[in-house]
Amino acid sequence: MNQVDLQRRSFLKASAGAAAIAIAPGMMLYQVANGQTAGASGKVRWGMLIDTTQCKTGCNDCVTACNRENGLSGKTGPTDSQWIRKIEIKDISSGRELSLPMMCQHCEHPPCVDVCPTNASFKRADGIVLVDKHRCIGCRYCMMACPYKARSFVHEPLHDQNPDVPRGKGTVESCTLCVHRIDAGGKPACAEACPNQAILFGDLNDPDSEIARKVRSVASVQVRADLQLNPGVRYQGM
Amino acid sequence: MRELREQSALLRTRGSLAGFLKALSVLIVAWFALSVFSPAQAAETAPRLDIGKGGECVKDPQWMRKNHMHLLKHQRDETLRKGIREESASLKNCIECHASTKDDSVIAREDSFCVGCHRYEAVKPDCFECHSGTRKSAWLRQRNGK
Amino acid sequence: MAMNSPFQLLRSHLYYGLLAGGGLLVLMALYSVHLMESQGHVITGMNNQIVWGLPHVFAIFLIITASGVLNVSSIGSVFNKPAYKARAPLAGLLSIAMLAGGLAVLMLDLGRPDRIIVAATNINPTSVFAWNVVLYSGMFAAVAVYLWTMMEKRMAPWSKPAGFMVFVWRFLLTTGTGVIFSFLVARQAYGTAILPPMFIVMSFAWGMAVFHVVQSSIYAWNNKSLDEYVQHRMKNLMGVFVMASLYFVAVYHLTNAYFARQFEFERFILLEGDPYAMLFWLGYIVLGNVLPLLLIFHPALGKSRCVLAASLLIVAGAFALLYVFIIGGQAFPLAIFPGYEVSSTFADGAVAQYQPSLPEMLLGIGGIGIAFIITAIGIRVLDFVPQEIQKSAAAE
Repeated sequence: MNQVDLQRRSFLKASAGAAAIAIAPGMMLYQVANGQTAGASGKVRWGMLIDTTQCKTGCNDCVTACNRENGLSGKTGPTDSQWIRKIEIKDISSGRELSLPMMCQHCEHPPCVDVCPTNASFKRADGIVLVDKHRCIGCRYCMMACPYKARSFVHEPLHDQNPDVPRGKGTVESCTLCVHRIDAGGKPACAEACPNQAILFGDLNDPDSEIARKVRSVASVQVRADLQLNPGVRYQGM
Repeated sequence: MRELREQSALLRTRGSLAGFLKALSVLIVAWFALSVFSPAQAAETAPRLDIGKGGECVKDPQWMRKNHMHLLKHQRDETLRKGIREESASLKNCIECHASTKDDSVIAREDSFCVGCHRYEAVKPDCFECHSGTRKSAWLRQRNGK
Repeated sequence: MAMNSPFQLLRSHLYYGLLAGGGLLVLMALYSVHLMESQGHVITGMNNQIVWGLPHVFAIFLIITASGVLNVSSIGSVFNKPAYKARAPLAGLLSIAMLAGGLAVLMLDLGRPDRIIVAATNINPTSVFAWNVVLYSGMFAAVAVYLWTMMEKRMAPWSKPAGFMVFVWRFLLTTGTGVIFSFLVARQAYGTAILPPMFIVMSFAWGMAVFHVVQSSIYAWNNKSLDEYVQHRMKNLMGVFVMASLYFVAVYHLTNAYFARQFEFERFILLEGDPYAMLFWLGYIVLGNVLPLLLIFHPALGKSRCVLAASLLIVAGAFALLYVFIIGGQAFPLAIFPGYEVSSTFADGAVAQYQPSLPEMLLGIGGIGIAFIITAIGIRVLDFVPQEIQKSAAAE
């Protein structure tokens, strides 16, 4: 073999070596990452059905449970985060009064996801709308876009976060449908805490689930249904 | 005539500027060259690390030292955006073992697991703006005690 | 060149003094940002109900006016009016300067400004903010190219196509800014398609006003005078733009007031909202429209001091309108349950309170400081100041 061929040979060997080194970490990480655990599935759509006739004025158990579960302060000042709140509503024309909890409605077509510049606000395959705090730049555009005022901005440095619920200053947050509980097979803290079982949680796509059967049989509405966002949270008795 | 004087003044300025720059670059090179000759210093300030309960579940320490940041950055999207929650890839689980047995934290003290080396390398990890650095069992105890 | 004439020395002192002043404003803004970064937005007046506050008023003013100030160049390059053509480079510089100032304020107000790289690399194609990243940075490039074609002699044949590109680009940019609000379907103040054209026409008016203020200042500080005829033409055009933007604002409010479901909102903005109603009528309508139009068009007035006053009033009116639009629009309670009276711990059904804070004010003013410094240095270093072309009606 002549000199040029020997040089070419060693060049090719070096390139192959370099290429292998370059992709090796990715391949090893692929092994580590693609473990056995299955992720969120598009076959499922998590939702809630809230029976407002069972919801009592003055009862705040769902709010308290949410605050405790997610490490929120529970304070209600203008800069304090509220992932769920009780709203007292009164029909202006009929005078009928109601009480209901309002949280992120986990829309099928979330305006917050449309407007987020970095895709930090996203919808998981199983319908849960979340904020990816790794990407959130804190522009608050999603807060402007949300028809339900579901989102809060973290205005102060936080300490003592729940290890299951990362939250940080300068990012936007909202009800996660207790995704950390759901992924472990449980249900949201608010649904568990309601003394009247007014909040029913389940898989809307599973025709045999309790929530699907109930949604099929009792009258329920979506808040601001005119916007056609198809939220996953429905209200009964409105 | 005035123009010539002005021009030569400019050149003299240029000359001294060049001289200054040369001296500055020599100093900088010398600084870096001399820093090679301080291994003894380095050994003195090598990071002390409280590894908590210790143990290894992902990879060996040397691999982790070089790659944990890539692993975390890749894994966080898998967990958060796709919902793939593998135990060995969970930050909470890393903290479960590596938090100090004294104060249940990976960030509380200078020799804490996530502080010692980062401080030595002068790299500020962004993680704990949002993530808790406390072992979950300790956090639960603290919350339930309230 | 004589370096020691008293006039040159004074000019030098004035220049460095102005730079120092602008620099001080910018430093104060950066200090505010440092405070916001370390202590969080809790030190500002913004909260979970009013999420965009005073910094956004300043930023949107700067960005809209950055687009509008290029009108002067467009009239020169695209519509071929020589008096405007001479002013085109200054307009280009002003545009870049104000865009830089506005963007700086927006980016520094972010909850996580350290993640700008994330914003630039993760682009959501359905988000206007993401489009704006492209539009705004492209604007810098487009105007830079345009300036190059105007200021380098051999590129002169390209200045018309470059001018046209900038003309189109700034329409896209201002539309992109208006559409930020248009796309907010749920809010009664926004969610309407009239906003982009309204912003475009407002940009014309505000751009002319700011250009006039800057031009007058430069002339005053450099012992130049503005040709009477040019001033006359420019002030009349400014007046036309002011009337056009008033028209758009009127149509916006009239249409809103017509819809039963929007009536409460209009009542809030125009009658009851405190301080929004007063800011709208006194700040925008009277100070920002009626007085300037009087100063511009009244036969007894219309001299240079009147035109300068009119320009400053138009700018003041712009701030008043943006305050009412951005902050008033958020203060009015979001209608989650139309037809119901609501109350909660999260200000549902209640008018949101907002008190502008010092850090926000300093940040906003810092944006103006940035624009100021860029303009001042640009004028000093390159040939932006218009060479006066004495033009008569016949030659025009």
